[in-house]
Order: sequence, then structure tokens, then C-alpha cells
Amino acid sequence: MKHWISLHREALRLVLDRMWSTKLATLMMLSVIGLTLSLPAGLYLVLDNAGRLAGGIESDPQISLFLNIDASNETVKALDKQLRSHKMVKDYRFVGRDAAWAELKQKAGLDDLAGGLEKNPLPDAFIVHARSNEPETIEQLRQEIAQWDGIDHVQLDTAWVKRLYSLLQVGRQAVLVLAGMLGFALLAVVGNTIRLQILTQREEIEVSQLIGATNAFIRRPFLYAGSLHGLGGGIAAWLLLAAATTLFNFSIEDVARLYASDFRLTMLDGGTILILLGGSTLLGWLGSYLAVSRYLSSIH
Amino acid sequence: MIKFDQVGKLYPGGYEALRNVSFEIAKGELAFVTGHSGAGKSTLLKLIAAIERPTAGTVLIGNQNVAKLRPAAIPHMRRKFGLVFQDHKLLYDRNVYDNVVLPLHINGILGNEAAKRVRAALDKVGLLGKEKAMPITLSGGEQQRLAIARAVVSRPSILIADEPTGNLDETYAAEIMNLFYAFHQVGVTVIIASHDASTIAASGAKVLRLDHGAMTS
Repeated sequence: MKHWISLHREALRLVLDRMWSTKLATLMMLSVIGLTLSLPAGLYLVLDNAGRLAGGIESDPQISLFLNIDASNETVKALDKQLRSHKMVKDYRFVGRDAAWAELKQKAGLDDLAGGLEKNPLPDAFIVHARSNEPETIEQLRQEIAQWDGIDHVQLDTAWVKRLYSLLQVGRQAVLVLAGMLGFALLAVVGNTIRLQILTQREEIEVSQLIGATNAFIRRPFLYAGSLHGLGGGIAAWLLLAAATTLFNFSIEDVARLYASDFRLTMLDGGTILILLGGSTLLGWLGSYLAVSRYLSSIH
Repeated sequence: MIKFDQVGKLYPGGYEALRNVSFEIAKGELAFVTGHSGAGKSTLLKLIAAIERPTAGTVLIGNQNVAKLRPAAIPHMRRKFGLVFQDHKLLYDRNVYDNVVLPLHINGILGNEAAKRVRAALDKVGLLGKEKAMPITLSGGEQQRLAIARAVVSRPSILIADEPTGNLDETYAAEIMNLFYAFHQVGVTVIIASHDASTIAASGAKVLRLDHGAMTS
């Protein structure tokens, strides 16, 4: 085990030495990888912020529950209890039929018209906000509530939610497609870098094999080099995005102030950064693994 | 220790480098492989060191059949040998120390233990104090001695050298040969390919003579 660790430490030291001795080339390569990665990560960031902006402007979709016109106080209380204990309901409020009637008469200037009606035609109602914004969940909640006793009609305006979500969905798919394509580009870039390194160290590889180096021994430094290129590129992408976000926030702050909003772009969160760095490291490793394996199989 | 039994080597393209070669080299023996250039000396050494595989017959190294080794076992087999190549195969982008330490790293020996052994090997060949020098700044004889230091640093039981005195003048050549005799004295099996009859005549060692791929003695 100790032996194994020291072999890895030695390989890592060798690679870091080499990267240090070719600082400029390494830095350029990391920038290329960083720029490549910052495209999908940046688009993700934009979508994430767009989603937050949309969520901030419009409150959650609202479900209106209209009770039967002759619903008793007991029915109202029972429904109130059901809503309070329901785990998908975020909050709700009761609108009594008398209060609604009074409000309608006053608000719409319908006094005359209303005066012509003998009875209050409005039912009691609950206005419910769901915990989730997803159309499927809300639709499910609507159908469930519609089954409850004393409910006449459940109304839900999901059109805009659906529209927003399908737009964001398209955006997310675009992120995936872009990430897939640029991930492939990253694989090719790292693979090619490692291939060139292999060519410059061909003699060393040949001698090492002749005096008994295993394929794993030969592969090891290149795998470290590939992983480090990937990780360095991921960090470069992260820094690029952080810089861009900070820069944009200066002007966004001005615009937002005009709209009396405190909206600001948020940076990638910890989990996303971890995925970005982990993914880029993995792609770097894979790119160099493919390059070395191809070389090793070509010389046997 | 090393046993060839009716060994043949046919390269792709139909060139037959060796045919029907049989001999035995005992542990601790000093052996010369000789013959004109193109007689198959290098091929014979490569077969011993598991760099090439025979196309006929069997090559036994310490009772292991080289032709039947799994590919993954070949690197471990090669570590039993110290190899001095005809063209040195030094790494010219690394200094003397890093050249000699390479076999130790391959064997997983690092740190102080490795440094100690590198210095011991350099001391034996008279290059102590040149650790930081680049190989290109060394003379031909010094480069050859560096190659020998790299071959012996992991203390192999078999030392194989392909034309170690090929490009050297007589004084240097004698020095180099004395190095090999010294290793033989301490029990290492030494196998040297050479077309130089004078070095062989003086030694009184076992001689394998090759002519167009066949053994003549």
C-alpha cells in the first residue's frame, strides 16, 4: 500500500515538474479547456438565474377551490383541516361568500346590478398555493382536491406555468446538448495534448518498456497529466464565470434599482461547481487514457 | 539458468534471423555471442531478455518458457535482466541521476533507498560526482559507463550487453570490459555480444559463435 502510494506520488511529482517547466503552454491549454467548459456552464448559469427571476416576479400558481353554494360551516371547517394537514399545500386562505359578495359589489361598481339579485350567488372559496411549481404536481393536487366533500369546482391557471416550464425545459436540454458536444471537444483537446506529450517522450516510454515497465507504470503520469489538465480547465471555467458574473452584476444592479428590485446574478452553487470540476477531471482522465491506450496498442 | 532448445526467429516479411539454435548458459557464467554483423547476435540477446519471442523452439529463463508468458508477466521477466543496449538508449532530456534511477522507479524503489543505490552504481562505473550532468556532455566512454550503471542499479542477476565496446577506442574498451569482468567476479551472469575477436580471445569464457543465424560452435 505504502509502495503503491509512493509510486503515485512520484508520478504526480513528475507531471507537476513537467507542467511547471512548460508553464506558458500549460496555461494556454488550461485557458482553452476553461473557455470550452465555460460555455455550457455559463448557459446553465443564465437559465438558473432566469428561472429565479421568473419565480420572483410571479408568485406560485394558484388553485381556487369553490365550495358548493349550500356548504355548511362544518364542511368549511373540515376542508380547512384537510388543507392544513396536506403536505403539498404551502399556504391557503379562506374567502367567505359574504365577504366576496361585498367586495365584488364595491369593487366593480355593480351595486345596481347586484341589487337586482335577491341572493348572493357566490360560493365560499379557498385560495391555495402549492408547494411545488411543477405542472404535473399541481394538476395532481387539483384532481385530488376535486374529490373532496363539499367541493363544487377547482380552478387552476397553469397555462403560464406550463409555458415557462417548457421554455426552461428547452433551455436545460440545450445545456445538456451543449455540454455533451463540448465534453467531446474537451476529450479531443486533452487526448491530443497527451498524444503530443507521448510523442515527445517516446524514447522514454520505449526504454522503460525494455527494462520492464508495466503498461500501468507508463500510463500513470499521463493519466495524472490528463486529469490535472481537466481539473485546471474546470477551475479556469469557474473563474471565468465568476469574473463574468461579477462584471454583469455592476450593470444589473443599476437596472434592477430602476425596477425597485434587488435582483442579482448568483454564482454557481457548491454542488454545481463540484459537478463541473469532477466532470472536467474525469473527461481529462478519459481523454488521456484513450490516447495512451491507443499508443500502447500501436507499438505492440 | 538460460536454455535455448532449437530456437528459431522468423521476422514478419520472411527474414530468418535465427534457426535451430541450442545452448545453455549456467548461473554466474560469462558468455560471449559473436559473429559477423547481421549474424543474429542482437536477436539472440533480445530473445534472452524477453524483448522478442521465438517463432520456433523453446527459450527457458530460470525454468520459465518465454514464449508462453502472459503479456502482463513479460515486464516482470525483463526486470531480471540488466540491459546495455548497442545504441545506449540514454534519455538525453534527463540528467545522469534521473537516467540511472529509472529502473528503480519501475521496480517501485524510491526516495533515499533509490538515491543510495544510484550513488553505489555510479561509484562502480566511476561516474560519482556527475549526477547532475546531462548525458550529452559526457564522452562516449562515459555514456557507455552511464548505460552500464543504469543496467546494474537494480542488481539484476543477469547482465546483457550488445556491442558495449563497439564505438570506443582501445583504452576505453578495455576499461569497459574490465567492468563486466568485475560483475562476473561477484557472481552475476554476464552475456556480451561482440564482433571484436581480441576481447574474446583474452577471456577464455564460453563463446557462442553465430553465422547467418545458425550456431557454429
